[in-house]
Amino acid sequence: MVLHIMADALFISVAILTIGSAIFALETRELVYGAIGLAISMMGIAGFFLLLDSPFVAMFQITVYVGAVAVLVIFTVMLVRTQALFSIKEDYRRKAAGIVLLLVFIGGIGAVVLASGLGNPAFTQFNTPAIDVATIGKQMVTYYAPVLVLLGLTLAASVIGALALARREDIEQKNERVN
Amino acid sequence: MNELIDFVTVAVVLFAIGIYGLVVKRNAIRMIFSIEIIANAANLNLIAFSRNLHNAQGQMFALFSIAIAAAEVAVGLGIIIVAYRLYKEIDVEEFRSMKG
Repeated sequence: MVLHIMADALFISVAILTIGSAIFALETRELVYGAIGLAISMMGIAGFFLLLDSPFVAMFQITVYVGAVAVLVIFTVMLVRTQALFSIKEDYRRKAAGIVLLLVFIGGIGAVVLASGLGNPAFTQFNTPAIDVATIGKQMVTYYAPVLVLLGLTLAASVIGALALARREDIEQKNERVN
Repeated sequence: MNELIDFVTVAVVLFAIGIYGLVVKRNAIRMIFSIEIIANAANLNLIAFSRNLHNAQGQMFALFSIAIAAAEVAVGLGIIIVAYRLYKEIDVEEFRSMKG
C-alpha cells in the first residue's frame, strides 16, 4: 500500500514537471530558457518511460532529446538571437482562441478516451511482465534490420540536407573570386 | 499503481499544449518546440500501450520515431537559420515569399 502511494506520488510529480516545463517552454519570454524548459520536459517524458519499465527507450530519449536536440536548439537560438531576443507581442484574441482550442482538445479527446473503455480496471492494469532489452535488441537486428538501415540513410540524408541549407553562397563566391 | 489511463491523460494534455503552441505562437523556434511536444505525447502513448499489451512493437516504433524526430529538428532548424538570414526575423508571419 505504501509502495502504491509512493508510485502515485512519483507519477504525479513527473507529470507536473513534464506539463509545467512544456508550458514554460512555450510561454517564457527568453527563448534560451524555453529551450531549457523543453529539455526538462523531455527528461520528464524519459521519466515516464522509466515508470513504464522501458529503460532502453528512456536512455535513448535522454541521449537524443536532451543530448542532441536541446543543444541544437540552444545553438540556433544563439545564432538567431540578436534581434529576436524578446518574443513578439502577442495578439490577445489569438491567445484566448488558442486557450479555448486547448480546452476543446482536452475535453474532446478526453471524452473519446473515456468512452473507449480505457478506464475499465480489467483492461488498464499492467499485469504482464515488462519487455526486456534483449528482446528489443534481437528484434532490431533481425526483423527490423531493414528499417534500421533505412533510418541510417534518412539521418544521413537529413544531415546532408541541413548542411546544404546552412551553406552560405555569398561567402563561397567571394572566396572563389579571391582564389 | 499507475494505470494506462493516467499515461494517456498526460499524453492528451501534452498534445493539447502542443496544438496550442502551434496555433498561437508566431516564433518559428517555438513552433518547433510545439512539434516536439506533440511527438513526445505520441511516443508516450506508444510506450504506454506497448507496456499494457506486452508487445515490443510499440517500443521499436517509439525508438524509430525518436530518431526521425531528431532528423526533423536538424532540418527544421537549418530552414530557420536560412529564413533568418533572408528576413532578419524568425516571425513566421514575416515569411511572405518562397523566393530563395
